[in-house]
Amino acid sequence: MAAYMSASRLEHAFSTNDFVPEWAQEEVSTGTTIMAVEFNGGVVIGADSRTTTGAYIANRVTDKLTPIHDHIFCCRSGSAADTQAVADAVTYQLGFHSIELDEPPLVETAANLFKQMCYRYREELMAGIIVAGWDKRKGGQVYTVPMGGMIVRQPVSVGGSGSSYIYGFMDSNYKPGMTKEECLHFCTQALALAMERDGSSGGVARLAAITEEGLERRVVLGNQLPKFSNA
Amino acid sequence: MDSQIKGVSTGTTILAVTFNGGVIIGSDSRASIGGYYVSSKTINKLIQVHDRIFCCIAGSLADAQVVTKAAKFQISFHSIQMESPPLVKAAASVLKELCYNNKEELQAGFITAGWDRKKGPQVYTVALGGMLLSQPFTIGGSGSTYIYGYADAKYKPDMSKEECLQFATNALALAMGRDNVSGGVAHLVVITEEGVEHVVIPGDKLPKFHDE
Repeated sequence: MAAYMSASRLEHAFSTNDFVPEWAQEEVSTGTTIMAVEFNGGVVIGADSRTTTGAYIANRVTDKLTPIHDHIFCCRSGSAADTQAVADAVTYQLGFHSIELDEPPLVETAANLFKQMCYRYREELMAGIIVAGWDKRKGGQVYTVPMGGMIVRQPVSVGGSGSSYIYGFMDSNYKPGMTKEECLHFCTQALALAMERDGSSGGVARLAAITEEGLERRVVLGNQLPKFSNA
Repeated sequence: MDSQIKGVSTGTTILAVTFNGGVIIGSDSRASIGGYYVSSKTINKLIQVHDRIFCCIAGSLADAQVVTKAAKFQISFHSIQMESPPLVKAAASVLKELCYNNKEELQAGFITAGWDRKKGPQVYTVALGGMLLSQPFTIGGSGSTYIYGYADAKYKPDMSKEECLQFATNALALAMGRDNVSGGVAHLVVITEEGVEHVVIPGDKLPKFHDE
């Protein structure tokens, strides 16, 4: 499950290197919360905006929703370097494939390209990816490619370190047949809940809705996120 | 983490929630060894330490049994000396002392919930190292990770007994659905001034969610 991956692979409680500050010794990780939901006519994807190197927040306004093609996006979690590299490679491959086909590519194709790469290099990579988009054949689709390189299509999927905390919320609040606005609301709430509990997730909530018409991006700033605590 | 406990562990989901007039304490019923073998499908993790005070255990089952036995004795002795029912805080404190003073050897955490005349319904958490904290509601055990979002979103202060039962049942069902070391039946105990009511919900009667 993608959920178990947040802590860096290099866990040193007491590091012996005094020449480099502690925050520069850990690799950059998108310990994160990402999610995607299918609806009739498209998908809604969402992510938080925090990238950490150990305890330091390297980027508090990260965009983890990466376009792979006009109607296909991926949500990245795990090592920032690994996911950027894989996403770049898949973007190239998919663009080439689409030109050869003379047609927009299928979401399933993009997801399988991710899977091939993540599976082949599973020992070297630390990448949990959710691929989501719209195509003419099957409409809105969400495919999850967690660490290890499995692929499975799900109507709703969450990933990253913050996802553990919202499985219960997702199971109880997701209903098939939601509209685009309901999906956006559901994602905003889920991301807010995860960002509240997970130290590696935070910042702003980035959302995007992908439909036949195109792409609509939204940002929900920290102070505008729904509040759930009683404090 | 629960999964590194040697021997039988209650990789588990436990919770306690206050409502208007009482408190509900609940748990699943699975005990496992190393997360691979279910050593009991029907264990009761809700231990009564006094008439209106219950506690539930997470972590090493052996440690938890020994600590609750010692705590039960100390609390009843204290209650006899004081000639009145013990305060929930006193019971929680007894557990805390045991956990804090033996923190190197023990691997068990507790949730104490109950009703007393002074403050009414209360919930206390005693964490692994011996920290004591009072909260309106709390969740614990390995399965609790999956329901933090649900609990944060759905809890309201001053619920009715029925709303609270629904909240606790749903939370346990959701956690048991995602955590492989939580499962079996849902045990719930409702504690009020009037008395104590034990509700058991078998696995097939638990609420089902969209993908089941």
